[in-house]
Amino acid sequence: MAVVTMREALNQALREEMLRDENVFLMGEEVAAYDGAYKVTKGLLAELGDKRVIDTPITELGFAGLGVGAAMAGLRPIVEFMTFNFSILATDQIINSAAKMLYMSGGQFKIPIVFRGPGGSAFQVSSQHSQAIESWFAYFPGLKVVMPSTPADAKGLLKSAIRDDDPVIFIEQERMYGNKGEVPDDVDFTIPLGVADVKREGKDATIVARSLMVPVALKAAELLEKEGVFCEVIDPRTIRPLDIGTIIESVKKTNRVVVAEESHPFCGVGAEIASEITERAFDYLDAPVKRVSGADVPMPYAKNLEDRAIPGVEQIVAAVREVSYL
Amino acid sequence: MAKANYEVENRAPEPSRLGAEDKSATGVIDEEAPEHTDTEELHKDHEAVKEAQKSRLSGIDRDSLIDLYHQMLLVRRFEEKSAEAYSSGKIGGFCHLYIGQEAVGIGAISAIRKDDYVLCSYREHAHAIAKGMSPESVMAELYGKAGGCSKGKGGSMHMFDKEVNFLGGHGIVGGQIPLATGVAFASKYKGTDQVTLCFFGEAAVNQGAFHESLNMAQLWKLPCIYICENNQYGMGTSLARAMSSQDISQKACAYDIASEFVDGMDVLAVREATMRAVERARKDYLPTLLEVRTYRFMGHSMSDPGNYRTRAEIERHQERDPIKLFAASLKEEGVLKDSDFQRIEAEVSEQVEKALLFAEESPLPDPDELFTDVYANPIEPGKR
Repeated sequence: MAVVTMREALNQALREEMLRDENVFLMGEEVAAYDGAYKVTKGLLAELGDKRVIDTPITELGFAGLGVGAAMAGLRPIVEFMTFNFSILATDQIINSAAKMLYMSGGQFKIPIVFRGPGGSAFQVSSQHSQAIESWFAYFPGLKVVMPSTPADAKGLLKSAIRDDDPVIFIEQERMYGNKGEVPDDVDFTIPLGVADVKREGKDATIVARSLMVPVALKAAELLEKEGVFCEVIDPRTIRPLDIGTIIESVKKTNRVVVAEESHPFCGVGAEIASEITERAFDYLDAPVKRVSGADVPMPYAKNLEDRAIPGVEQIVAAVREVSYL
Repeated sequence: MAKANYEVENRAPEPSRLGAEDKSATGVIDEEAPEHTDTEELHKDHEAVKEAQKSRLSGIDRDSLIDLYHQMLLVRRFEEKSAEAYSSGKIGGFCHLYIGQEAVGIGAISAIRKDDYVLCSYREHAHAIAKGMSPESVMAELYGKAGGCSKGKGGSMHMFDKEVNFLGGHGIVGGQIPLATGVAFASKYKGTDQVTLCFFGEAAVNQGAFHESLNMAQLWKLPCIYICENNQYGMGTSLARAMSSQDISQKACAYDIASEFVDGMDVLAVREATMRAVERARKDYLPTLLEVRTYRFMGHSMSDPGNYRTRAEIERHQERDPIKLFAASLKEEGVLKDSDFQRIEAEVSEQVEKALLFAEESPLPDPDELFTDVYANPIEPGKR
């Protein structure tokens, strides 16, 4: 296994799946000649040609809808949003077309499409370019939502998403593209959608974290171990469908839960997880489920304010202490 | 290859562009206001349109002419029965009727092959039938029955049939335009010569989706034919109140796309214009925008009282009823006799009755159908 960045792992997944199936094509802003705004698509134009790797105008609603139409006619598009902030313009086609086509056609038209790109907080780009909107997409039946936290997960999950017959929202974390990790180079390596991963085993408290919050939660667990508190860190990896079973098993063991997320708390994925735990494992809880979320404000520009808006190790440590009555 | 609007000579003369231009900007209609319709002028115009249509008859074989007339009458009677069924509570939700616009869908779809694609807005019962779907499956869908083309899950606005490449029925104004562009993209990607017809109303032209799609279609040379059915009202808002520049065919200039203005009351004019566009699409992967001027005789939907236009305005357009016009042309040119018309009327009536009977007798969807077709590949969470 080679050690590569998240960016390179995603690139490998794209390349391997495009070589595997000629019906897979990639389109988006700056994905081809520019080699990708974040270089995730680097080298793909040169290797696969401009029929398969297509630069679009800045026209998110248009090319998202074009992708859904191409999927109706039998292709398997990968649509890159330069960032998920811009997917907001395309939500009509993602929600009203991609998510519902199979259902409202009585099962006739499946939409095998991947909408991918960076999401979540970025580095000092202020309110419109720094936000986590996975809960919007996760709300809708018909969509699958994936958020990897390691290079290996990114590669294995993206390959599964491309092979999947349903629309998949694949949100990469902009701050994590340079993170490194071991990644299998076997072209048949995939990770199934809908399966959570226990990133660290523990017995005293469960931390459920996704995307950017996974390394933060692991760091918090390291610190807490020094105090004799052993945390289990669970990464759902797929937000919809959610592998709640793995989370519940952990809660039954630890009896204490913290849900960490960089998104806003209100109507968020953390709220959903907390609700599921309460419904399914209330009797096992020794403390109320505690959420650690991003600040309930638009993202500010100033570095000190931005740092304060995104949960850090200290908040997660404090939350675990709180549910542990320490 | 022709540049934008190379067929400018095909534009209809001003007098036939009835409707939106004479509306007040407020949209307030005074029933008592004197109508400025010059009946003699109107009559002359109708005669001219009819003569133009008659001159086109010779280019088509008799069976095809009969088929066109049959289909127009079929979808007219189908919609009349849909209205009745809606009024009696058999059909629910929204129900947008096509009465008055038959020449557009029937004429255009008669110009394509069975393996070509069609995508529509929510006013699509007629297009579905014209593309080869059975009136039974469309009526059963309206009834929300298991025998409906979308198993009763789509309803009036979401007719689909993969077998005949009818790709919906879409409910968000303009939403089908990027989709159709993508279907055309797929044809070119796969190297087939299939073309895609995309129908939408003139109100959709104000949506970004229209402009974004036309830009990409010409940029990437996609075989998509955009057919704007300009019925002059977006729900209750007239074109004059909604569009700063009301010449829709001219909007193609912005994207360097070929376009034509077509009289949507003349089924043969629509068919011929579509055939020209199809040739461009099949041979050279080029898109076309057709602005087809038409008029809906009914409200926007069954729940629309229609008090934004006068009875006189509607009647003036009903004088130009596309079915009456076509019948007169066929009769005057000796293609069909009175007995032929009676026979076709009887056949159509039987077809519609059959569709109603099928819809009535078709079972309701199984309750468990609620949970099927959400995912093509349903995943049991946690299962490796």
